[in-house]
Amino acid sequence: MEQTDLLEQEPEQQAPAFQLKGSMLTLTTLELLSNDLAALDSQLAEKAAQAPDFFRDAPLILALDKRQPGDLPDLAELLTLCRNHGLRPLAIRSEQEEELAAAAAIDLPVLPLSLARDRNLPAQPQPAAPKEPELLPARIINSPVRSGQQIYAKNADLIVTASVSAGAELLADGHIHVYGAMRGRALAGINGNTQARIFCQQLGAELVSIAGQYKIAEDLRRIPAWGNAAQIYLDGEQMHIIAL
Amino acid sequence: MAKILVVTSGKGGVGKTTTSAALGTGLALRGHKTVLVDFDVGLRNLDLIMGCERRVVYDFVNVINGDATLNQALIKDKRLENLYILAASQTRDKDALTQEGVEKVIAELAEDFDYVICDSPAGIEKGAHLAMYLADEAIVVTNPEVSSVRDSDRMLGLLSSKSKRAEEGREPIVEHLLLTRYSPERVETGEMLSVEDVEEILSIKMIGVIPESQAVLKASNQGIPVILDEESDAGQAYSDAVERLLGKDIPHRFLEVQKKGFLKRMFGG
Ligand SMILES: Nc1ncnc2c1ncn2[C@@H]1O[C@H](COP(=O)(O)OP(=O)(O)OP(=O)(O)O)[C@@H](O)[C@H]1O
Ligand SMILES: [Mg+2]
Repeated sequence: MEQTDLLEQEPEQQAPAFQLKGSMLTLTTLELLSNDLAALDSQLAEKAAQAPDFFRDAPLILALDKRQPGDLPDLAELLTLCRNHGLRPLAIRSEQEEELAAAAAIDLPVLPLSLARDRNLPAQPQPAAPKEPELLPARIINSPVRSGQQIYAKNADLIVTASVSAGAELLADGHIHVYGAMRGRALAGINGNTQARIFCQQLGAELVSIAGQYKIAEDLRRIPAWGNAAQIYLDGEQMHIIAL
Repeated sequence: MAKILVVTSGKGGVGKTTTSAALGTGLALRGHKTVLVDFDVGLRNLDLIMGCERRVVYDFVNVINGDATLNQALIKDKRLENLYILAASQTRDKDALTQEGVEKVIAELAEDFDYVICDSPAGIEKGAHLAMYLADEAIVVTNPEVSSVRDSDRMLGLLSSKSKRAEEGREPIVEHLLLTRYSPERVETGEMLSVEDVEEILSIKMIGVIPESQAVLKASNQGIPVILDEESDAGQAYSDAVERLLGKDIPHRFLEVQKKGFLKRMFGG
């Protein structure tokens, strides 16, 4: 179905002329500390002499918010001064009325303080926040899992509200919960998730495993929680099995 | 429309055929028109236990192959008006039963009868699958020992996932547990699992507990289903199971070790 839809739409669609992409750029910020442009000029010359490569056509943000109180230097003059030393100011960082107006007058973009923190400067347009991991619904099994049956919860937790027989196998990329007797095999975090845990109401498992680390019934039997409600988790290399 | 019942177990020799014969006879005794279908191709035990082996002319496979009509192949029980048997074939060809053929024959039987009882062969392979595939209800026969219980558990897994009902997403097969060859003495000495143990492991409802009984062998040697031996403990236990199958809630019997003499009871011997 999708195939034909796409084909039908094709003639009407033009080749895209642009696309928008979020991105993170690391930009240098020049924080203006004094209002004395002469001092700035001489100090920039000094720095440029030390690191000429750095100063060659270096894009940067001009931060005005750390400036000592006092009259705002002429912005156009400030920009020229920077350019003379090889710097390429892209925008100012400021939230102060007067500075915003001055920037608007010479068509200079403004980054609000909140967006221009530290060394990680988002470019415009503002990049999308990294996508929250999507919550996959747990796989829920309400009938007994019998010998010879295998149930896998891919990218999800597995919840069984009935008993799990010897010879049955539960697999999950997430946690495993068994609200019944657990007599089979339970393997949580099988994609390597060491944070995955196993919870069961009555521990009688043939095998439990988290992220590939496992214990078999012979070991489990000696644990006080055997036959009772238990939680199983990894702490580094160590598998812990504690009463619930 | 008939109710289609499968008597199945996984493990062999646990008492499926004995149970099929007893339950089928018990249902017929209570006025339900019943047919027993033997799915155990090559072994053919059901007709022996029902005492009709000499009257088998055509069998299940003959009907599937079109060599005989159902009416020609159905054997009428000599004791009960509304009880019939469809015998298994003696052929050694295990593929003689086809899914399509089985479905056609069972559908035809379902139109005429109240109960179609399918006596499954042992195992979990094709024959057992064909026997349970069309079932509405299942009697899972188990002996009180670990390997039998484990096989029954496997069979329960197949019933819930590989039946026609499961495949079509309909209501699941109704599962009943029938524990047979139960010996309270051997449970006491720890040689056998108790009713509670088995119920807990399999977590399905117990429809009957049939004691280990001399009467079973005696009845099958005579070709009389043990349920007709009303004096026997096994016969009575099967009668109770039939009542429960029909919806009655009655307590289980024959679970305790036989009472000792009067004096011993008085003085706690
Ligand atoms: N309650 C009982 N007490 C004593 N013996 C029994 C009892 N039930 C069954 N038996 C005996 O167990 C044996 C097997 O019984 P039966 O043929 O019914 O089992 P089956 O499950 O149908 O076997 P198969 O898997 O071979 O079809 C027979 O010899 C039968 O007499
Ligand atoms: Mg049999």
